[in-house]
Parts: sequence; C-alpha cells; structure tokens
Amino acid sequence: MNLHEYQAKELFRAAGMAVNPGQVAADAGRARELAERYGGSAVVKAQVHSGGRGKAGGVRLARTPDEAAAHATAILGMEINGLVVEQVLVCPLEDIASEAYVGVLVDREGQCPVFMVSAEGGVDIEEVAATNPEAIHRMRVDPRYGLLPHQAYGLAAKLYEDPGLVRQAARIIAGLYDVFMANGASMAEINPLISTAEGRVVAIDAKMSIDDNELFRRREVAAMRDTASEASADTRAREAGLSFVKLDGNVGCCVNGAGLAMATMDLVKYYGGEPANFLDIGGSSNPDKVVAALRIITSDPGVKVILFNIFGGITRCDDVALGIVEAVRRIGIEVPLVIRLTGTNEELAREILAEAGLAAVASMDEVVERAVRLAG
Amino acid sequence: MSIFVDETNRVVVQGITGRDGSFHTRQMMAYGTQVVAGVTPGKGGRDFDGPNGTTVPVYDTVAEAVAETGADASVVYVPPAFAASAIMEAADAGVGFIVCVTEGIPVLDMTRAHALARDRGSRVLGPNCPGIICPGKTTLGIIPGRMVTPGPVGLISRSGTLTYEAVYHLTRGGLGQTTCVGIGGDPLIGTSFVDCLEAFAGDPDTEAVVMIGEIGGTAEQEAAAWVAANLDVPVVGFIAGRTAPPGKRMGHAGAIISGSAGTAAEKTRAFEENGIRVAQRPVEIAGLVAESLR
Repeated sequence: MNLHEYQAKELFRAAGMAVNPGQVAADAGRARELAERYGGSAVVKAQVHSGGRGKAGGVRLARTPDEAAAHATAILGMEINGLVVEQVLVCPLEDIASEAYVGVLVDREGQCPVFMVSAEGGVDIEEVAATNPEAIHRMRVDPRYGLLPHQAYGLAAKLYEDPGLVRQAARIIAGLYDVFMANGASMAEINPLISTAEGRVVAIDAKMSIDDNELFRRREVAAMRDTASEASADTRAREAGLSFVKLDGNVGCCVNGAGLAMATMDLVKYYGGEPANFLDIGGSSNPDKVVAALRIITSDPGVKVILFNIFGGITRCDDVALGIVEAVRRIGIEVPLVIRLTGTNEELAREILAEAGLAAVASMDEVVERAVRLAG
Repeated sequence: MSIFVDETNRVVVQGITGRDGSFHTRQMMAYGTQVVAGVTPGKGGRDFDGPNGTTVPVYDTVAEAVAETGADASVVYVPPAFAASAIMEAADAGVGFIVCVTEGIPVLDMTRAHALARDRGSRVLGPNCPGIICPGKTTLGIIPGRMVTPGPVGLISRSGTLTYEAVYHLTRGGLGQTTCVGIGGDPLIGTSFVDCLEAFAGDPDTEAVVMIGEIGGTAEQEAAAWVAANLDVPVVGFIAGRTAPPGKRMGHAGAIISGSAGTAAEKTRAFEENGIRVAQRPVEIAGLVAESLR
C-alpha cells in the first residue's frame, strides 16, 4: 500500500525528522489561504499514487496566493496516469542550495533493509543508477542491531562535507530507518533531501510504501488507505481477498495460483489476444469468492469472454465448478464463459458443469485459444 | 537420489491442529512421510489422528518435540502473524530443514527469521511455498503426491500451481522426477534457485533440471550464470509474467517489476544466453526436457 506524500511527511515529523511544513487542500480557497500563511509564495503538489507528478504538471510554483489558488484549480481533478487528483499539498518554498537522495528498502539478496544515498538528488534515482551508478552508495543494515549511529553518520558523510550538515542528515537518516521499521514499510524515500542556503537539511518530498502483509497489525497505518483514489475494482478485490490487477485487454481471466495466473495471461497474448486482468482466486473454492471474482471481471465493459483456468492440486475442481454454477445463477453473465479444469475431482466437476449447461476442457492451451477466438 | 530430504527424515508439523496443518499432515502421512510429532502451543499432550488409525504426539514446543522424537525437519502451517516466530523456534531447536508453507508473512519479520536460521545452520524452504516432494519417498508441504512419479528430472519453481501444471505434463510424458522443489513466491526466501541447482549437481540420478521462474528480482539471472559455470546436465526454463505491467504486484509478494528490473524479457535473455532452453508455453516444458535427454 502506498502512502501519499503528506501522509509520509506526517510520519516523518512524528519521528522528529526535519521536514518542510505544508498542509493539504481540496479546493482553491484553502490553497490560497495556505499560501498566504506561508508568506505568499508556495509550491502546490498533486497528492496521487503515481510517479512523474512533476512531468505531468502536477507540481507547480506559485509566487502569490492567487497563483496558488489557480494552480490548485488546475491540478485538482487532473488525471495523472489514470488517477484523479483529489488533494494538493501546499508547502512554503525553501531556498535550495543542494539536492540529495536518501532511500531505504528491503534487499532481496541480502535479506535485510538496505540504504541507498546519493549526493545527486532531485532526479529519478533509477536514471542515476543507469547513467552514473558510482554516485549511489548502498549500505545493508542488520535488522537485529538496527541502524547504528556511526552507520547513519557514515551515510550522511556521503552527502555533505560540512560537519553541521552531516550531523543534521544523520539524524534524518536515523529517523527514516525508525519510521521504516515502525510502520512495516517496504520502501521509504526522500527525494530530494535538500540543504538550504542558511545551512539547514530538510526533507521536501517523501514517498513510502507499506508491506500489505503488515496491515493486519497496524490499524493506524491501514486507516491511511485512500480508497477514493483507487479504482473501485481494486477495492472490491482486496475486500474479497482476491489478487487482482486490471489490464487493458478483453479476455477476462480467473485462475487459481499466481504463477499459473501469470502464465495464463502470457498464453492469451501468445495466441494473439489481450488479457483484461490478472486474477488469482487462491486455493479456496468458496463459491462467494468465485462470485466476487466474476462480479469484478464483468464490471469491466471491455471484457468479451471470461476464461477459467483451474489446476486442482489442493483445490478441488468440483468445489470450483459448484462456485462457477452458483455465480452464474446469482449474477447473470452475458459474455461467453470458457472453462478449463484439470486435477483433483475433475470428472465430478465436469458433471456439475454439464448439468448447468456448461462445458469444460482439460488443456490450458485449448481453453486459451478458444477464449481468444471468442473475444474476436 | 533426492535432494535436501528423503524417506529417512523425521518430520515435526508446526500448526498440526489447524485446518490446513491437519489436512496436509494426513496427506503427507498417507504418502509415506515419517511425521513423528506435531506442535501447537497449548495443545501439548494430545494425540493427532493420522490416516488408518495412526496417531502423532502433539507438543507445546518444537524443542520438546525434537527431544522426544528426534525430529530433524519441520513443516510450518502457522498463520502469518506467528509464522516467522515458528521458523525461529524450529531453528533454535536444532531442526536442520524447515519448510514454511504460510503465505502473507510480513517481510521485515522474515529478515530476522532468515538471519537467525542462517546463524543456527538451518535451511529454510519458502516461505509462501508448496514444499518439496521426492517421488516415492517423502513429501513435506502441500504438493499432491498423485501428480509425481520417480524419474530423472529435478524441478525448481517459484510457483505452486504452475509447478503442478509442469509436473503433470512431465509425468504424462513418462518423465519422472528425482525431487520437485517449490522455493516460494515471497521476496525473501531461504532456499534459492542456486541452492537447489547445487544440490541437483551433486545428485547422480538427476539428468535434467527444470527451472520455473517469474518476474521480480534477479534470482533467475543468478541461477542462469551458475548453470553456465557449473552444471553439466541440461536445463529447461520457463518464465511467467511476460504480460505483467511494471510496478504491480502479481499475486506473489515477490512478483513485481520494479522500475525496469526483474522483467520476464530480461530473465528469458539470461536463460538463453547461458544455454538454458526456454519454453514459450507450459505445455512445451516436457517436450524440451525429452529432447534434451535424447
């Protein structure tokens, strides 16, 4: 789950990190008021779960309160990568002397948190990694000891020469580690971390992702989820316990298991079709889950055919068949349904489907080919 | 031969009285796995009913189970909130091979569990994995026994159901398996492709290896380089997620393309550049294995 910039900054502030002030506005009047409070000039930033806000015109400088109001009007309601901006963050301008990058994420190989810092901040860090990898310094943290003071200082010393700036940056880096661990984050990033003309080090942007697996025990973090800014299908899928990702094609996919679900999408493409979604119904054969899955898939008007690919290992095919029949009975489905069931209790499943006037095939290739053909 | 485990392993099941734990314990016992103990805190002293009138003693702690029964391997079916603790408990009790089936464990919990297991010299398989099956010998986890048959192929996979799909075609094509290992779909897993490849390299009965990978991370690339440098038997690969969009988690917590890294194209290229034949469709895997064994 991604946090908005303003939410991450609230966590940073609570941890005692130096963060530039700012408040959210959902209308132009509030944006004007905030700019006035900050002395007239301000930066107005779209709060949306998407990178490239600046390039999309979602971050603008205002020299007067009226200008701040005009920018807020322009940005609110704007669509950035398909997501509508509902709120802007209005912040006072800082006098920037230098821009650095500080991030912490989980390192798969080292199986521990890893810091990445660079004196070249303010730009896309992936780009720095590609063009000038020596400019990025990495340091793994042993989670059993945490980030030790000398390690935080060592990282900060990669960013600044002035001892005063180094000390300030070390405090921010230590704070970032604490926020990362305390909130079950998978990534926390400051880009840029700035030094100001008068010698302060301040985080002027903040990005944070929380590990979804942590949310069950972190209610206050889970409550930060902005359901208004996510697609309703995503919300419904999450609530039904389904893994779902919307895509642009017309072949709706309903599969058990993540690997098989990906392979099914790939096969749709192989046969010349385009998958409409990734959907893993998991090991459960609960009819309610199948109903929820079919509701989500059919809510996409682009879907021309729905493809079931079930390999019954632990999952029993007859249970899934019952779920499909039940789902079809409960929600009228107007597009063709093609079904593949193989494995545990396959024969029984076919009988159940046949009674309901549905047929199933045994091979993944056959069902995908048929689905692609029906989708036109 | 099989890798990592065989019929001599004495298995303790953590979470044996739970819904999944009890079901799969009976399945494992029916296949022939020596399940010698179960652990559920607070339920020590009871007996768990296995198939055909057999029983398994239940203990409160893994240490007790090990002391009483000599268990040397464990399977963890404990819910996500407690699973990392269960792994650490098993490692602390001296269990050398720990299979963790549980999906949804907080990643930061696993940083500590993996660190402790490494310190104790225990191997963790998973988490979020279907386990390991040595056809005709033993099974630890949830891979259905009817799907496999003994033979010369070693299989390593990040995915459960995709493993079943591949094994189903192998078995139907008369290609049995030495061992099938599900290494898990999480970002932090205890046993990597390379660990499995090293083990298969030391097994004279394994004449070909199948690697089923997916988007996210660089484990497949590292495995491909290892194969080119060290492995004499042919390897067939498959990568799931060619159509996955970047930045979206595709079911498995580890299956996510970050920026431009971890794509299926990158992994397929790494396989091919290192002499691994890549199946375009799951159904092709068995055919490529058969060809490579000719």
